Amino acid sequence: MRSKTKRESSSRLIQSRALLSLGLIIGSVLLLLCLGWSITLGAADISLQTIWESLFAFDDSLFQHLVIQTVRLPRVVTGAMVGASLAVAGAIMQGLTRNPLASPAILGINAGAAFAVVLTVFILGSPPLSVYSIAAFIGAGIASVIVYGLGSMGRGGATPLRLTLAGAVFTTFVGSFTTALLITSQDTLDQIRFWTVGSLAGRDWALFIQTAPYLLIGLVGALLLARQITTISLGEDIATGLGQNVVVVKGLAAIVVVLLAGGSVSLAGPIGFVGLVAPHMVRFMVGQDYRWILPYCALVGAILVIIGDMMARIIIRPQELPVGVMMALIGAPFFIYLARWKVDR
Amino acid sequence: MSSTNAKHNWWILRIGRFSYKLDKRVLPVFLVLLVLGIVILVTSVSYGAYDITPIEVINTILGLETNERFQLVVWQFRLPRILISFIIGGALSVSGAILQGITRNPLADPGILGVTSGASFAAVASIVWFQTPATYLPFVTFAGASIMAALIYLLAWKGGSSSFRLILVGIGLAAITGAVTNIMIVFGDIQQVQQAYVWLAGSVYGRDWGHVRSITPWLLILLPMAILQARQLNTLSLGDDTAKGLGVNVEWQRGLLLLISVALASISVAVSGTVGFVGLVAPHITRRLVGPAHEGLIPASALLGGVLVMFADLVSRFVIAPSELPVGIVTAMIGAPYFAYLLYKTRNQ
Repeated sequence: MRSKTKRESSSRLIQSRALLSLGLIIGSVLLLLCLGWSITLGAADISLQTIWESLFAFDDSLFQHLVIQTVRLPRVVTGAMVGASLAVAGAIMQGLTRNPLASPAILGINAGAAFAVVLTVFILGSPPLSVYSIAAFIGAGIASVIVYGLGSMGRGGATPLRLTLAGAVFTTFVGSFTTALLITSQDTLDQIRFWTVGSLAGRDWALFIQTAPYLLIGLVGALLLARQITTISLGEDIATGLGQNVVVVKGLAAIVVVLLAGGSVSLAGPIGFVGLVAPHMVRFMVGQDYRWILPYCALVGAILVIIGDMMARIIIRPQELPVGVMMALIGAPFFIYLARWKVDR
Repeated sequence: MSSTNAKHNWWILRIGRFSYKLDKRVLPVFLVLLVLGIVILVTSVSYGAYDITPIEVINTILGLETNERFQLVVWQFRLPRILISFIIGGALSVSGAILQGITRNPLADPGILGVTSGASFAAVASIVWFQTPATYLPFVTFAGASIMAALIYLLAWKGGSSSFRLILVGIGLAAITGAVTNIMIVFGDIQQVQQAYVWLAGSVYGRDWGHVRSITPWLLILLPMAILQARQLNTLSLGDDTAKGLGVNVEWQRGLLLLISVALASISVAVSGTVGFVGLVAPHITRRLVGPAHEGLIPASALLGGVLVMFADLVSRFVIAPSELPVGIVTAMIGAPYFAYLLYKTRNQ
């Protein structure tokens, strides 16, 4: 027992349990700082003090307070939520498939959700907000079943190459349908072109409140499953040997992934690579135990998206890049790095 | 000049020191494809908003028809785009056949490997920023695709190239160029953006003789080169060690073939955007028909790929008539299920 703990702890940056807990607190503080910093940035610079006042002594006659409450706060909170959800979803997928390249974007789940949303907008015109998330869940669910099914056939199971190929082809396939819809309807295209590349611009509370419950359920569910996911990530044989019902756990975890990825897509469009990058950064810090990986992932993912969004707004001021583009530019080199150095055949 | 080898199912063509060994199955397959191609060509030309009967189409093409309207519709509107479909289908198919040979991976395809995303990125950028005329686009896309291929090769290099890393690195690089293309899409004027979308989806709409002329010379050089390299390709597809043992300079040969393959993919992107999955599907079907030897595979897959895209083009105009889909969407609808089937077939490898 002792030697096992020793081996486990040697592969991570943060060694003791007390430090791990402290790290979570520090991470939360960092996240809050990023949130605050992000709110200050914009067409009109707002001081941290004004933000504080608008939160705790709101005065609706002040323009800056209104801007904070209706524009900037919902945007950053949405970003944090989306980042946390995607990162946790990515971590679970990597754990379950034992595949370091798994993530909602690479495996086509984002594309499936995006297509479902585009199709809904195309058919219904301007549907009520709640429809977006339902469509996204259905799309994400179907996509994950198809891609996992295709990628895991055969004796070798879900190898990184086969799963990634299945995801890439599914993305292309569904993407061509999405394009077909967008080409035939200029209205649909104009309405959601920003959304299709992943963006936090113009997100308000109404949309957030529609989707947040699903994401919260997903996050809580993920934390509850953390222990079982750790066991499965050691190998399904081991998990079965330890008396775990692998099928049930995998099914539940898949539902969690669909809730998290589908919800994120309906909020901010398909944002890639957060789900890939964040879990790897976290594993480097805290090791292989998903009870620590998942909460850390939530924090790191949220911070990543907030920072990505800030960069996207600063780089070509006064215009802004979609955060999805920003994350791809940061994350794709990381994917190549993993494919080249970290993946064994 | 030519002799039949009774014992084996091969024809061997000899011209001096040069010999070319052809599977006997190639000839009937070629003839059937040719007939099929002509039938689709005539049907495709005769179908449209202004209907012309197949007989009239044949007469117009042969110059027996004097109706000026027919001549205009057939020669100016329909024939060029259908020829373009045929040409890019052939180019993509040969490009895929070569890639599958040199990576020894049945799932390789210029689209999946990310080469076409480099080409299409270069094209979109040069269209949006520099308004490049069509004649120069093949050069632009070739440059984009070559840089992409070189990057993929370099980044996947780790004491040798493995098809596994080539594919994954290709997917990663395609994500980066895709992100930059997205920037252009988000900030473009909505009209331009819609055009860019059509282009990215792969379309032969409104292609004219100028487009045909701009890529034909490339094809006339590249296709014979590919056919002449068939034997080296056979050797390479046996594996590096065997190829070296047979006296082939493996890295040089592979580099040359990769260059041919990239050039073929990029000329097709230059005129029609990204038409996906042809390079994957066509060589596969052809391999089933004529066997794996590249001497027969390359010309036959060129023909089959051409017929396939011509057919896809006909379907793309038919499905939502009077409007039309980009042809790339139809090839994706045919190709992706086929890819799924391939993943299933190779599941235990």
